[in-house]
Amino acid sequence: METNKSEIRLMKGNEALAEAAIRAGLDAYFGYPITPQSEVLEYLTLEIPKRRGIVLQAESEVASINMIYGAAGAGARVMTSSSSPGMSLMQEGISYIAAAELPCLLVNVVRGGPGLGTIQPSQGDYFQATKGGGHGDYRLIVLAPSSVQEMCDFVFDGFKLAEKYRNPTLILSDGALGQMMEKVEFPGDGSLPHQIPAWATTGKKGRERNFITSLHMEPERMEEINLHLQRKYKEIEENEVRYETFEIDDAEIVLVAFGLPARICQKTVELARAKGIKAGLVRPITLFPFPKKIISDLSKKIDRFLVVELNAGQMVEDVMLAANGNCPVHFKGRMGGMLIQPEEVLEEIEKIVEESLTLNAGQE
Amino acid sequence: MPEEMLIDEMQCVYQKPGTLTDEYMHYCPGCGHAVAHKILMEVVEEMGLQEDIIGVAPVGCSVFAYNYMNIDMQEAAHGRASAVATGIKRVRPDKFVFSYQGDGDLAAIGTAETIHTINRGENILIVFINNGIYGMTGGQMAPTSLFGQKTSTSPYGRDVAHNGYPLKITELIAHLPGAYYVTRQAVHTPNTVRKFKKALNNAFEYQKLNKGTCFIEVVSNCPSGWKMTPKETLTYIEEKMLPEYPLGDIKVPTQNKN
Amino acid sequence: MIKGTVLINSETCKGCELCIVACPQDSLSLSQKINLRGYRYVELSQDNCTGCTNCAIVCPDAVITVYRQSKQNYKKAV
Repeated sequence: METNKSEIRLMKGNEALAEAAIRAGLDAYFGYPITPQSEVLEYLTLEIPKRRGIVLQAESEVASINMIYGAAGAGARVMTSSSSPGMSLMQEGISYIAAAELPCLLVNVVRGGPGLGTIQPSQGDYFQATKGGGHGDYRLIVLAPSSVQEMCDFVFDGFKLAEKYRNPTLILSDGALGQMMEKVEFPGDGSLPHQIPAWATTGKKGRERNFITSLHMEPERMEEINLHLQRKYKEIEENEVRYETFEIDDAEIVLVAFGLPARICQKTVELARAKGIKAGLVRPITLFPFPKKIISDLSKKIDRFLVVELNAGQMVEDVMLAANGNCPVHFKGRMGGMLIQPEEVLEEIEKIVEESLTLNAGQE
Repeated sequence: MPEEMLIDEMQCVYQKPGTLTDEYMHYCPGCGHAVAHKILMEVVEEMGLQEDIIGVAPVGCSVFAYNYMNIDMQEAAHGRASAVATGIKRVRPDKFVFSYQGDGDLAAIGTAETIHTINRGENILIVFINNGIYGMTGGQMAPTSLFGQKTSTSPYGRDVAHNGYPLKITELIAHLPGAYYVTRQAVHTPNTVRKFKKALNNAFEYQKLNKGTCFIEVVSNCPSGWKMTPKETLTYIEEKMLPEYPLGDIKVPTQNKN
Repeated sequence: MIKGTVLINSETCKGCELCIVACPQDSLSLSQKINLRGYRYVELSQDNCTGCTNCAIVCPDAVITVYRQSKQNYKKAV
């Protein structure tokens, strides 16, 4: 297939992500089927034999993440994808990968939980994604797409960040984004060159041996490694924060939402403004590093935040930390696979505004 | 010292392989792991593989193997060595890849990875050290612990009704079409060591053919875990381990249909 | 008989005695002295080594280097 030049196609989010991975120079994909992301594995098993790379259906998510560890350690550009329960199974391996500082791209097309849950979209894995997820003090770089185009673009960004920082990057998508179809523009092949890094285990030809490990029995050494990791995460926080804003200049109430709900909230802002409510929106694109500064700055000049998520309230905690008590932080969520409607969010805004007016009236 | 004079007139017929580092091994006195490491590295040296081989050592006593083997290596999570080795071999198919796993790793927590790696016929070598006990965690029962064997978690002896049977995973995986060469060896006597070395030679030769997984079980000892002197473990291996885990080839390439 | 000898790195020997069992000539024994790590180490106690390498082969810690009279030297001596 001719993929040397850029191309516009109508595609499902999962398939766009898979196509983007091939164009981004993916060397190997290891994965296990799980709804609602099986299209990634299906697409790659169809396309990779015709193009370039390795694709292998593993016996479990546990095996696939450890294949990723091996292949990333051997210097390949690698990716795996799964959905919530499968990501839970991978957490031990991800912790090893983060500790051994291996670059790789992980994709979680989140479904409703806990437990086996549902195959419908959710954002219930925010904590797992942004606070480490497995054991030990580590962080993933987390990108949250809100369109099929970003399902493509963040594959490139994800590989770049992973390789720049020798850290796993996670694309935190959701079941709706994975399944919905939109127009997407792909870059041509070869836009993201890749070289085998000097630290990779490729056979010690002409150099000292390399080894990949996360084991450090001496506490002094283990603390040193931890401090090194924390310095790296700090550097990522300083350099890689990404977010988008909408109508925040004169906003009195600012919505904070990531992923698909951010698009829903953009509609809400328009509805609210039509009713004379000065609403705005902040959409964190990187969930780690979290855009603390914009939240902090806004908290000093707006009346309140309303955080909207498809969970019981997870990112809201990071918004509260960043707002640091400067203004109230409200929350509206839906769970278990339910999407939220723009009107539902608008109702919540109106309720909050009403309550605050009553409260203010009471105080006077 | 007359010895020195003599040495001048003699030739060196055995020395530590250059493929082992100078690191002092952490293994307990008399541990079979150390013998297996040394022989493996002898074969790597003699076959000239040092610059083209990648090893994987998972959690267990041998997780520190990368300190001793002077080759590229990856540590792996408990049970996942063969998955890690799969990942390496798939992206570096022109390199030699082996995993070096203990019985808890390969036959308990990693059983699924072991079976599926071999069932895919990954072109790697799996070295399986079977000493019937968990050494690193302090002598707990392993899937391969013998009937009646006393360990820290089978203090009254392994009871089949309660703990099940010693798992003969080597016989089990030999049935898989992806297994190309399956053999059970030992390292407790000069003769068994020589045979183990031959088996390693075979396995690396076969890996060049890309015909499937080679699997070498090594019936080994654990003096500390068994609470015996190294010398006593030799008798235990002969009298207890080998009747349950008889040595010899279980599947050789001539038996393969392809 | 072909003559051999061994050099033992007494500092890395752990005194496991597996070489003593493996030696067909009973040439090796455990020293009364201890090394820096606190192990009694193995030493050549009889001058009857044939350089068969059995001791070195089973030595877990690769502490034994084995030397053997070459066949030419052996013939000369005979």
